[in-house]
Amino acid sequence: MAAHAHTVKRYRGLMDWLTTVDHKKIGILYLIAGGFFFLIGGLEAILIRIQLIKPMNDFVGADTFNQLITMHGTTMIFLAAMPMLFALMNAVIPLQIGARDVAFPFLNSLGFWTFFAGGVLLNISWFAGDIPDAGWTSYVPLAGPMYAGGHGVDYYLMGLQIAGIGTLIGGINFMATIINMRAPGMSFMRMPMFTWAIFITSALIVFAFPVLTVGLVALTFDRLFQANFFETGNGGNAVLWEHIFWVFGHPEVYILILPAFGVISEVVSTFSRKRLFGYSSMVFATVLIAFLGFMVWAHHMFTTGLGPVANGLFSIATMLIAVPTGVKIFNWLFTLWGGSISFTSASLFAIGFIPTFVMGGVTGVMLAVAPADFQYHDTYFVVAHFHYVIVGGLIFGIFSGLHYWWPKMFGRVLNEKLGKATFWTFFIGFHMTFFIQHFLGLIGMPRRVWTYLPGQDFDTMNAVSTVGAFLMGIGTILFIVNVIVSAANKKPVADDPWEDGRSLEWSIPSPPPEYNFKQLPLVRSYDAWWNEKQKGNTEMPPAEPVGPIHMPSPSILPLVMSIGLFAAALGFMYDHLIVAIGGLVVTFGSMFLRSVFDDHGFHIEPEEQEKGVHA
Amino acid sequence: MMNRWRVFKRLLPLMAGMALLLSACGRDDLSTLSPQGPVAQKQFDLMTLSISIMALVVVVVFAICIYVLIRFRRRKGDNTVPKQVEGNHTLEIIWTVIPIILLLILGVPTINSVFGLSKDYSKDPEAVQVTVTSHQYWWEFEYPEYGIKTAQDLIVPTGRKIQFKLASGDVTHAFWIPSIGGKIDTNAGLGTTNKLYLEFPKEGVFRGKCAELCGPSHSLMDFKAKAVSQESFDRWVAAMKAPVAMPADENVKAAFESKCLSCHAIGETNAGSAAPNLTGIGSRQTVGGILYNDEKSVEENLKNWIAHAQTIKPGNQMPDVSTDVSYGPGKGTTATGLTQEELDGIAKYLASQKLEY
Amino acid sequence: MSAHDHHLDGHLPHEPEKATLEGRNKILGFWLFLGAETVLFGTLFAAFIALRHQVLDGPTADHLFELPMVFAATMILLVSSLASVFAVQALHQHKVKAMIVWLIITILLGLSFLGLEIYEFNTYVSEGHKLTTSAFSSSFYTLVGFHGAHVAFGVLWIGLLIAQIFKKGLTVVTAPKIYVSAIYWHFIDVVWVFIFTVVYLMGKVG
Repeated sequence: MAAHAHTVKRYRGLMDWLTTVDHKKIGILYLIAGGFFFLIGGLEAILIRIQLIKPMNDFVGADTFNQLITMHGTTMIFLAAMPMLFALMNAVIPLQIGARDVAFPFLNSLGFWTFFAGGVLLNISWFAGDIPDAGWTSYVPLAGPMYAGGHGVDYYLMGLQIAGIGTLIGGINFMATIINMRAPGMSFMRMPMFTWAIFITSALIVFAFPVLTVGLVALTFDRLFQANFFETGNGGNAVLWEHIFWVFGHPEVYILILPAFGVISEVVSTFSRKRLFGYSSMVFATVLIAFLGFMVWAHHMFTTGLGPVANGLFSIATMLIAVPTGVKIFNWLFTLWGGSISFTSASLFAIGFIPTFVMGGVTGVMLAVAPADFQYHDTYFVVAHFHYVIVGGLIFGIFSGLHYWWPKMFGRVLNEKLGKATFWTFFIGFHMTFFIQHFLGLIGMPRRVWTYLPGQDFDTMNAVSTVGAFLMGIGTILFIVNVIVSAANKKPVADDPWEDGRSLEWSIPSPPPEYNFKQLPLVRSYDAWWNEKQKGNTEMPPAEPVGPIHMPSPSILPLVMSIGLFAAALGFMYDHLIVAIGGLVVTFGSMFLRSVFDDHGFHIEPEEQEKGVHA
Repeated sequence: MMNRWRVFKRLLPLMAGMALLLSACGRDDLSTLSPQGPVAQKQFDLMTLSISIMALVVVVVFAICIYVLIRFRRRKGDNTVPKQVEGNHTLEIIWTVIPIILLLILGVPTINSVFGLSKDYSKDPEAVQVTVTSHQYWWEFEYPEYGIKTAQDLIVPTGRKIQFKLASGDVTHAFWIPSIGGKIDTNAGLGTTNKLYLEFPKEGVFRGKCAELCGPSHSLMDFKAKAVSQESFDRWVAAMKAPVAMPADENVKAAFESKCLSCHAIGETNAGSAAPNLTGIGSRQTVGGILYNDEKSVEENLKNWIAHAQTIKPGNQMPDVSTDVSYGPGKGTTATGLTQEELDGIAKYLASQKLEY
Repeated sequence: MSAHDHHLDGHLPHEPEKATLEGRNKILGFWLFLGAETVLFGTLFAAFIALRHQVLDGPTADHLFELPMVFAATMILLVSSLASVFAVQALHQHKVKAMIVWLIITILLGLSFLGLEIYEFNTYVSEGHKLTTSAFSSSFYTLVGFHGAHVAFGVLWIGLLIAQIFKKGLTVVTAPKIYVSAIYWHFIDVVWVFIFTVVYLMGKVG
C-alpha cells in the first residue's frame, strides 16, 4: 500500500487552523468569523436605533446613517447569518449522515477563506472612509457611478462577489456530500430533517447565487468600466437590477430560513422525546417552499410598476407559500403534542421560534396582498416583518442550534442558567424592538429614514423600539459570557449529553475524533441512533471492519487563493492593474499547484485510533 | 371545536378594542389606518380582512402552543418514553386544506383590487392629469392641461379622479400619500414611467413622503397634498399663470436673478426643472418640504433655509450661503455667498409671493 | 475517504474516472457546478435580451454581425466537442496516445475559435461598437465575453491536463480530471449554440 508511506506535515497551533480541511474545524472557523461579523452588524444596529430614539436626532449624520443601514443589512445577511448556518452545516452534516468528511475538504476550506476575505474586504471600507451607502439592495441609479461616486459601492460589489464564491462552493460541496457520502443504509428518506433542510438549501444556493454573481458583475462593469447595463441615460434599465437582485434575493430568504427549520425540527423532536411528526410531509413541504421560492421574487417589486397582471400572479404565488409553511408549523406543534417536553436553552429558543415565526409568516401573507402592499411597502411594517422572519426565525434557530450542538462541537456544555437568561433577554428585547415597528409603518413611517420630524406620533414607539434593541444587545453579551464560562469548565461531556439524541452525531464522542467514525455505521431506520438505543444497543452497528482511515492533507492554498482574490479586488477598485493581475496570478497559480501536485493524504492506522486522535 | 369557537368569540371584543386603539394612534393626515379617500379605504379594507384572517391563525397557533407546553411539559424524574407517532393523514390534510381556503378568501378580493386600483384615467376628460417628477429630495408637479408647474405642494380639486404619471429625474423614489392611497415608485429611464390614480373626497392637507431610499436626505423628502374645492382649484390655476413681478430693490433683484434663477424658476422666467419652481412659494405649507409655515413665519423659514439648506437637508443640491455642497448629487456646487441684506431681501420677496385661491 | 479505496495494481477499470469515491464526487460536484453555470449564463442571456434593442447611436446587431464567420466559429466549436467525445472514448479504452491526440485537437480547435472571436471583437470595436457604447453593446460583450473567457480557461485547463497525462499517465486520479474537463467543454459548446441562436440569428432577424 504505497499511499501509506506518504508522510504528511501536520501543523499545530495557528498554522493548523489556517491549513485545516477538517469540516469540524472549518465549522468552528465559520462560527468565529460569523459571530464576529454578527457583533459588528449588531453594533451597527444599535447605532441605528440610537439615532432613531428621538425625532430630529443628530447622533449620526445622514450619510453615516445610510452607510450604517447598508452595512448592517449586508453584514447580517451575508457575513453573519449565512456563515453561522455554514458553521452548523459543517459541524453537523457529515456526522448526521455518517461520513468521515465532506465530499471536497479542500474546497470546504477554500469556501471559508473566500467568504472571510470578502467579509474583511467589505468591512475595511470603514477604514478606507468609502463606505457603501445605497442599501443592502443597492438599487440603481442610486448605486450607479453617477450618484454613488467614490469606492463605497465598489466595496459592496467586490466583497459580495468574493464572499459569494465561497457560498457557492459550499452549496455544491454539501449537495455532493449529501448525495454521495451517506453511510450504508442511510437512504434519502432516513436522513435527519436538518440534513434535508441543508440539502435543499444547498440546491437553492447553487441555483440562486450565480444570479447575484451576474448582477454584481454587471454593476461592477458599469461602475469601473463605464458599461451601460443600468445607466438609464444610455439605454440601460434600472428595473433590470431590481429583477436580477430579487431573483437571487428571494431564494436567499429561503436559504436563510430553511436551515433554521431544520434545526427546529431536530431540537423539538429531541427535547420532546418524540419522532418528528409527519416526517415525509415535512420533507415535501421543504422542497415545495424551495421551489415556490424561485417564482415569487416580484413581490418585492409590487410598487415598481410591473402592472396588474404581474402583481396579481405574484400575489397568489406568494400566498401559496403559506401552505407548506403552515404544514411545518403544525407538524412541530404536533411533535410536541403528547411528548415529554424539557425546557433547556436550546428548546426554549426552538419553542420561542414557533410563535415568533408564525407572526413573521402571517405578516408575509399580508404583504403578499399587492394592493395592501402599496401601503406597507418600504415602511417600517416591512422592517418589522423581515426581522420577525430573519431574527425571530433564523437567529432564534441559530441560537437554538448552537446551544444544542455546542457539546458536540466543543466538548463543553453551555451553562443552562446563562442560556435561559440569554433566551429571555433576547426574546423580550426582540419583540419589544420589532412588534411596535409594524404600527410605525402603518401610521406612515417609511423605512431607511435617517431621522423623522416631531409631531408625527412616531416618537414613543421609536423610543420603545430602541430600548428593545439594547435588550437584544444584552442577550448577545450574555451568550458571549456563557461561551467564556463554558470554556473554563473542563468537565468532559458525554457522547449523548441530552440523553435523547436521535441522529448519528450523538453516537460518537464529543467532540468527535478527526475521522468522526472509527467504523462507518450501518443505518437501519430513520432516527437511527434513537432506535438502536431503544433496542438496548450502546453503539451503532458497524458497516465495515476496523481498518486504516484515509484522511486528506491540510493545505495553505485556500488561504493564499483568497488573499489573491482580495488583493485583485483592491487592485481593480483603485486602478492598480499590477496589483489586480498579481492577485489573480496568485489565485490561478495556486489552482495550478493544486492540480499538478496530487494530494495523497495520509492514513490513520487502527493502533492510532485506539489512542484516540482528537480533532 | 365548540371550545375553540368560544375562545375566538371571547377574543373578538379584544381584537375590536385593539383595532380601535390602533386607529386612534397616528395622524389622520398621515396614517394608513385612517383612510381619507376611496383608494386608501379599499387598501385599508384589504388590510383589515388580511389582519383578521391572520389574527385567527395566530390565535389558533398560540392556543395550541400554550396548551401543549403546559400539558406536555416534562415532570421531574419522568423517564417514560412517549408514544412515537409517525404522523396523521387526517390532521395533515386538515392543516393543508384550511389554509388554502383562507387564502382563497383573501386571494379573490386581492386580485379584484389589483386590477381595480390600476385603472388608467389618462384619457378621461373628467380626471385631472398630473405629471410627477421626483428629484433628489423634492417633488415637481406639472399640470399639462393647464401648462403649470409647481413643487412640494400638490394642489388638487376634490371629487375628481387625479391621474398621476410618475417618473424620476435622477434616482428611484417612491410617491406616497399614506392617508389617500398606496405608493408607487418613480423610475428613471425610458419605458418605466408609472401611472397611479388617487381621489381626494375631502378638503384638507395630507402629508406625502418619499418611500424609496434615495440618498442622505431621503427621510426629509416630504411633500404636501392639498385638496381644495373645484372653484378654489380654478382660482389657483389662474393665479399660477399670472405674471410675477421681480424684487423691487435693484440689489436684491440682481442677487435673486444671478444666484437663484440660475436654477430656480418663477412665473414665466426660466421654466426648467433643475430646481423647485418658486411661483407662489409664500402660500405653501412648508419651505423645503419640512419647515412648517404654521410653526414659524414663511419669511423666517425661508431665511433659515436659504442660509442653511445643507444643514437642514444634507446632500441636497442647494448650496448654503457659506458652505459648498460637499456630498450628494450637488457635490461641488459652491456656496451662494449672499450678503445678509441680499438674503433678507430675497426671503422677504419670496414670502410675499402668495397666491389668492 | 473510504478506508477501502480501490487499489489498482496497474489494472485500470473500464471507467477509471468513476473508480474511486473521490472520482465520483468530482464528477457529481462538477455537474452541480455546471448547474450553477447554467443559471449564470441564463441570467446573462436574460440581461442581453432585455437590453438588446438599446443601441443608441451605435451600430445595430443587424449591421454588425457577419453570419458566415460566426457560423464558421460555431462549426469549429462543434467539431472540437466531437474531438473531446473521442478523447473520452479513448480514455475508456485506455488508449492514452489516442486520447492525447484528440485532446490536442480539441484545444487547437478551441484556440482557432478564440482567434476568430478576437478578430470579430476587434472588427466591432473599429466599427464603433465598444463596451461603453450602449446598453446593447455592454450586454453583448459581457455575455459573449464570458463565454470566450470560459473557452480560454478550458484551453489552458485541458493543456495542463495533457501535460499531467504525460507525466503521471492515465490513473484513477487523472482520469476523472479528463472526464470532467470533457463535460465542461460540451457545456461551453451548448452555451455557444444558444449564443449563436439568441445573439446572432435573432440579431439578424430582428
